Amino acid sequence: MTEARTPLWEVFLRSRTGLSHRHVGSVHAADAVMALQAARDTYTRRGEGLSIWVVPSAAITASDPAEKGMLFEPAASKIYRHPTFYEVPDEVGHM
Amino acid sequence: MRCRTRWGICDVSDRFSGLLLRRADDALVLGHRLSEWTGHAPSLEKELALANLALDLIGQARALYALAAEKGAGEDEDSLAYLRGDREYTNLLLLELPNGDFAVTIARLFLYAAFMDPFWRAAAGSRDRDLAAIAAKAEKEAAYHLRHAAEWLIRLGDGTEESHRRAQAALERLWPYTGEMFEPEDEVLVAADVCPEPAGLREAWNRTVDAVLAEATLSRPAECWMQSGGRAGRHTEHLGHMLAVMQSVARAHPGAKW
Repeated sequence: MTEARTPLWEVFLRSRTGLSHRHVGSVHAADAVMALQAARDTYTRRGEGLSIWVVPSAAITASDPAEKGMLFEPAASKIYRHPTFYEVPDEVGHM
Repeated sequence: MRCRTRWGICDVSDRFSGLLLRRADDALVLGHRLSEWTGHAPSLEKELALANLALDLIGQARALYALAAEKGAGEDEDSLAYLRGDREYTNLLLLELPNGDFAVTIARLFLYAAFMDPFWRAAAGSRDRDLAAIAAKAEKEAAYHLRHAAEWLIRLGDGTEESHRRAQAALERLWPYTGEMFEPEDEVLVAADVCPEPAGLREAWNRTVDAVLAEATLSRPAECWMQSGGRAGRHTEHLGHMLAVMQSVARAHPGAKW
């Protein structure tokens, strides 16, 4: 099983109750059809899924973990972006 | 007629039970063979896939044995699976052969699933409602087994030089055992629309096999003398060894519960 013959595929499942596909893991497979079968056999054994997507891992462009300070920390201090920051006056009632 | 066999009481004269046991033995024997790959498969993905296939087949066997036991063929599903000797097993010889390499395992699954998919689809219309219900569930599983095995066979045949050679050798090895699938079913049950006549499924099987072999760049082996005997309890030397392993715990600890 060389990486060249059976590259990595990322697996996304939409569950019975879910609205969108969620990343659940990855499989090695020779091509897209086999990746779909491997994903079915590996990740839906307990009735988890109603729909499967597989995507070549190489097709995903990922952020660099070393840049997480630059990318994500500036958001941490902006707590006013969360709805819980605001006090809703009683007069508003249910929103 | 109930007769005492080596391992207990088994009603072999009941036609319907005979049908159920044939199909249950097929499913259990192939299910056990596939389960032997657990811990030995070439990758984690294959490991899970083969175990899934095995569990589908063992589930089918359980349902069929339970129904056979209900009809008086034996005490319960466990005694039918674990307390009968090889001469009382009526599975196809094809299914008891050792796994061989991955190509043999895949080719056998393909040749069998290409028959069982139309068989279960036809049996889903059985006049017996219990069998029809089992068939309806089994058909979905067999359809996936067929797709899975066909996709692998195509890639082995149309893959590397070595995988092509091994896949062709697997077909040649297994071909003499394929004729047994089409041996006549019990004529009374067929006439009563309880079960499909296997010979009537041969054309569908031929179409599936020829289409997949063509895509896999594999050649269909020449027609040859066909092995027979499994339905009458005359097996290859391999079944006894397989059952000795499969039944060892049940025989060493009779009636043990989890």
